Formats: sequence, C-alpha cells, structure tokens
Amino acid sequence: MAFNEIELNMGPQHPSTHGVLRLKLAVDNEVVVRVEPVLGYLHRGMEKLWESLTYVQVVPLTDRLDYLASLSNNLAYVLTVEKLAGIEVPRRARYIRIVLAELQRLASHLAWAGFMANDIGAMSVLLYGFEAREEILDLFEAYCGARLTVHGIRIGGVVQDLDAALVSRIRTVLSRIPKRLADIRALLDENRIWKERTVGIGPITAADAIDLGLTGPALRASGVAWDMRKDVPYSSYDEIDFEVPLGRNGDCYDRYLVRLEEICQSIRIVGQALDGLPEGEHMAKVPRALRIPPAEAYHAIEAPKGVLGFTIRSNGTDKPERVKMRSPSFVNLQSLEHMCVGCLFPDVVGILGSLDIVLGEIDK
Amino acid sequence: MTETFERPPFLLAKADAFITWAQKNSLWPFGSGLACCAIEMIATAAARYDIARFGMELFRASPRQADLFIVAGTVTNKMAPVLRRLWDQMPDPKWCLAMGNCAVCGGPFPSYSVLQGVDKIIPVDVYVAGCPPTPQGLIHGLMVLQEKIARSHPTKEILDPDARDRR
Amino acid sequence: MPETGAERPELLQALAALSGRVPAGLLEGAVEDGELRVRLGNEALIPALRLLKDEHGFSFFEDMAVFDNLGQAGEGGRRFTVVYRLYMFPGARRARLAVDVGEEESLPSAVPVYRAADWAEREAFDMFGVRFDGHPGLRRIYMPDDFEGHPLRKDFPLAGRTGGV
Repeated sequence: MAFNEIELNMGPQHPSTHGVLRLKLAVDNEVVVRVEPVLGYLHRGMEKLWESLTYVQVVPLTDRLDYLASLSNNLAYVLTVEKLAGIEVPRRARYIRIVLAELQRLASHLAWAGFMANDIGAMSVLLYGFEAREEILDLFEAYCGARLTVHGIRIGGVVQDLDAALVSRIRTVLSRIPKRLADIRALLDENRIWKERTVGIGPITAADAIDLGLTGPALRASGVAWDMRKDVPYSSYDEIDFEVPLGRNGDCYDRYLVRLEEICQSIRIVGQALDGLPEGEHMAKVPRALRIPPAEAYHAIEAPKGVLGFTIRSNGTDKPERVKMRSPSFVNLQSLEHMCVGCLFPDVVGILGSLDIVLGEIDK
Repeated sequence: MTETFERPPFLLAKADAFITWAQKNSLWPFGSGLACCAIEMIATAAARYDIARFGMELFRASPRQADLFIVAGTVTNKMAPVLRRLWDQMPDPKWCLAMGNCAVCGGPFPSYSVLQGVDKIIPVDVYVAGCPPTPQGLIHGLMVLQEKIARSHPTKEILDPDARDRR
Repeated sequence: MPETGAERPELLQALAALSGRVPAGLLEGAVEDGELRVRLGNEALIPALRLLKDEHGFSFFEDMAVFDNLGQAGEGGRRFTVVYRLYMFPGARRARLAVDVGEEESLPSAVPVYRAADWAEREAFDMFGVRFDGHPGLRRIYMPDDFEGHPLRKDFPLAGRTGGV
C-alpha cells in the first residue's frame, strides 16, 4: 500500500451496500485505488441444503436467493428440472409463467430504482418506487397468498390458474405503472445532480464486460445485445414481440436508462401474454414423488439481474445429487473493481447501486 | 439491594408512565437488514404501511443513535460477531426485535453456516415469525413491543442499576 | 429437443479443431442436445479454452460447476469433476468442458483466458478444496479464512462440525 493510501472498510452493516456486503477499499485522498469485496456474510449453505431435499421441496428455498425477484429464481430452477426430467409444460402454463416473470421483473426494477436513487440521495424516488411495487405485490398476494417469497411457479406449471377477475386486475395495475414511471423519470432523467452523479461514472466497455462475465441490464448498457429471452427463448417467449433496450456508454446513467426502458417493455410483454392467453391446463401431470434417472442438465433464463442458470445432476432418487446455481449478481460483482478504480470514493455507492446486486443470490 | 415493590409509589409510577410513553412513541430503529426480511422492513417504512405514524421512520445507520435493533434476516456464523458488536455499541435503553423465522430460530436453513436464532447472541424482546412476516405482522410485533415498553419501570432501573440485568 | 451435429456445423468444426489441437488430451467429444460436450485431460484444459475463445467465438465464460464423485465409480476415478460452460455470443451456442481432478491434484487456472473465472475458482476452492495453479490470489470466498473443511464435499455434514466457526 502506498504512503498516502487509506484503507477503508464499508460494511458488512451499511445502509448502501444492498445487504451484508463488505467492501475493503483503498483510497488515495478521494480516488479509489482498489476495491475488494468480502463475501459470505449471508452464506446460508443453500447448495448443500438442496442435496438433502426433494426436487419439489427445493422450490420455496430458491425464492430466498434473489429475494427481490423470487419468481425468476423459481422459473430458472423448475425449467432445469423439467429439462432434466423431460416434463412438457402446457402452453397456458407457459404464458402464465411469462406474465408472472415479467410482473416480477417490474417489481424488481421498481425496487432497484428506489434503492439506487436513495443511495445517491433522491429519497422520494424510493417511496415512489415502493408504492408502485406494492400494487404488484398485491397482485401476487391475490394470486397465491405471498408477497415476496412467492414460489408460484412450480415443477410442471404454475400453482394456480389466472381467472378473469385477476386478469382484469393485472391490466388495471399495468395501466397505472406508466404514470408512476413518468413521475420517477421527471424527477431524475434530466436532473442536473443525478446526471452529475451518474453520467460517465463507472464506465465499462463491451469487451471488458463480456470478459468479466457481466450479464443483464448492466451488459446491455454497454451496447451488447444479449438477452436470454431472445437468444435461447424459453417458456414461449419466442411468441411474444418485444425489444431489448441497449445503452451506449456503459456508465451508471445508461444502466439506469436501460432498466427503466425494460420496465416499459415488460408492460408490453404482459399485455401481449394476457391477450394471447391460450386455453388449457395450468399444470402438467407430474408424479407426486418425482424421481429422475441419472442425468445432468443446465438451463439459464434472463432474470432481472442477469443470466440466472441452474446445473442439476440427478442420481435416480427423489433428491438431486448436486444443484449448482449460476448467480448473475455473483459474477456481476466481479466487475465492481474494474468500474470503480479511478473514480471518487462517493461514486462507489452509485456504481454499486447501478449494478443492482442482491446478496442472497451472491452468497447463496 | 433487591427491594422490589409490587406497585411503585405514585410519583414514580407517573414518571414511569411519562418515560415509557416517550420511549415507545419514538423508537429509532437500527435496521439491521440482512436478507429478505429487510425488504419487508423497508416496505413497512415506505408510504403504504408507514411506520412513521409510530414515530419510527428514522432508521439510523449508526447503532450509537438507535434504540431498537431489528434483526431482519438470516444471521450467519460469519455475521454473528458483527451483530454482537453492533448490539454492544447501542446505548441503553435498547430493545431487540427478531424479525422473520431466520432471526427467530434459523428459519429454513439448518446448515453449517447459519446461526439458529439471533437470541443465541443477543437478548430478544419480541419475536415476529413469518418468512418473511408481512408488514402488518411486523407492525403487530412493534405494537407488542410498545406494550412491553409501557409495562416496564424505567425509574426502577434508574434507582437500581442492577435491575436492568433482571429486566 | 436434442439437436444433432448436422444442425450445428460450427460446433462440429470446433470439435474437429479441438481434436487437432489437443489430440492426446481430448478424452471424449460430441455434439449433443445443441451443445459441444468434451471431456479433457488436465493439461489440455487451457489450450482448449484458448482455442474455443480465440478462434471459435466462445467469448463468454458462463459457469463453472464442481461435482464430488465420492462413492461413485466412473468419471475417471478421480474425486472431483469440474465442468466449464462457455457461451458463444452472438450465436447462442454452448460448450461444456469436463475435467477430472483428484483431491491432491490441481488444475491450471482459467483466469488468464477468461477473467470471469476468478471468483468461480475461488468458490470451487472454498467449497470443495480444488486448487488452481496460477490463480491471482486463491483463497476462500464464502467461509471465514480460518474455517476448516470444505462444506460441499459429500463427507461434510450439513449441520457442520462443532469447533468450526
């Protein structure tokens, strides 16, 4: 460490680290020289625990990974189990999954907008974002009883059918979100302070982003058009028409804009899925005790935070042999040092906010 | 000195009532948001469930300025010494609310790295079960804590410092 | 739905190039289910990764998973199997590279080829004890530094051992 460097410790208990993350920073006056994240403060031993549970029992625990977008975790896991076991999901269930997954993306991005703005100082946006999110959580509660850890997507389909009343309720909520989004954008988009804190801060080029494993909106903000929903479509996403927003400069401001635009696209996707909801079953016939012969499968989805994948190896019993989760936030956090080196110390908080990480998913 | 009186003298009772009224209506939480429960804690503080009507909207970032330690989320063995240190840094009078099944008893994680309940390291006043508890559940827990505070006798603790440990 | 090699000519080309570059190290290779699947020897890992990244477009290091084969026959008789997953972008193709490594052996680190492998290798070391030569700072990532044992090994109990942190 050089003579004029100070080592600072941020966390694990800190209002802006989005959970129990510890950052060891070395700063030279106010300029960041080194960032070393220290993980493990929320390591709950999930992968070990899953080996002692049946395939069905694992589904509720996957909620607790990315707890801001629990249905996405469910979806990634059950798609992998279905690939492993060869279970065919009915078309209606696939469309309902699209509706649930995109509503979850809306909820996750609205919460992210609130957190990032709150970290930088715009506290009103936290309240706006959370109020908009509450309406979506009400929908989840009406659908299956849980607000946050939902596990409404199960192996073989979804837990309940969408009836006409719930469909019209979803449409009503969707019609209100653009106004709330416009409120947030009016506060932040052309705000001079916001732009000074985010434009040109924490840039990452496309080549560096790909090499570091960055995925999700943060990667798309650097101009790389990789979205798993388009590249390797799952759950009938190829029947839906939507765009993938891209950024240009890969700085915090672009990451912010990309996520806001994704909110608009998600509204579009849910509308189409509800319009085109086919008739049929909401759950396939899955044996009560699901035993899967020895095999290995990997499946990845586009979760709100990035590419979320599960590798599952089965051994003939009703419990998996090994479940490995490819966590988007875990890999995205590796790019933090690259983005932070050379910036001012207060910008670390903004960059961390723009990365949108969740410790439950990082620490498993 | 273990003089315990069934009913405190009139003036002390009035002082108690005033002090507990002030304490319970202005609890400043130190939101130790560890995992999923932290999101519901923030939702409770947000506009719809509005913890500010209880006087608790001021979530302090520093334990030295707070008096209610809400442990929201899973406590891991690695995080446990950190939480104990934060609790020790809080000045008296202080209370602890264990929010969520993980803080109450380890929750759904009986694994090698999870502390099976935060009451193994910190004395807990109120346990709020749920995974996560809904904001209504957390508010109910806070109201139960307020009732507990209303039943306490802070003047006794001022007069007899040992009484604090027997609370 | 399984896809044969005929529908993925670029994967077949990659497989052919691999068997040309590392003939001794390529233990098994096929194109199945729309992805390139190979089993490699220890010394063929880094040349194979470099070939796939530089010449065949597998620009993305998607995932790395370790499996503990304790108590099972097969997989070369070594304790751990490390599976690397690469992704071709653009193009949406996948490659799965499996390498077996024993308890006392080590693998070369993939970090010089893909920087994204950094924390994945630390996690493999922490959870299983697999060592990677050439990693810029191999140490535990989840468990405290003085923790004894590797939790995801099959002989480590779920509730942990008393005396551990």
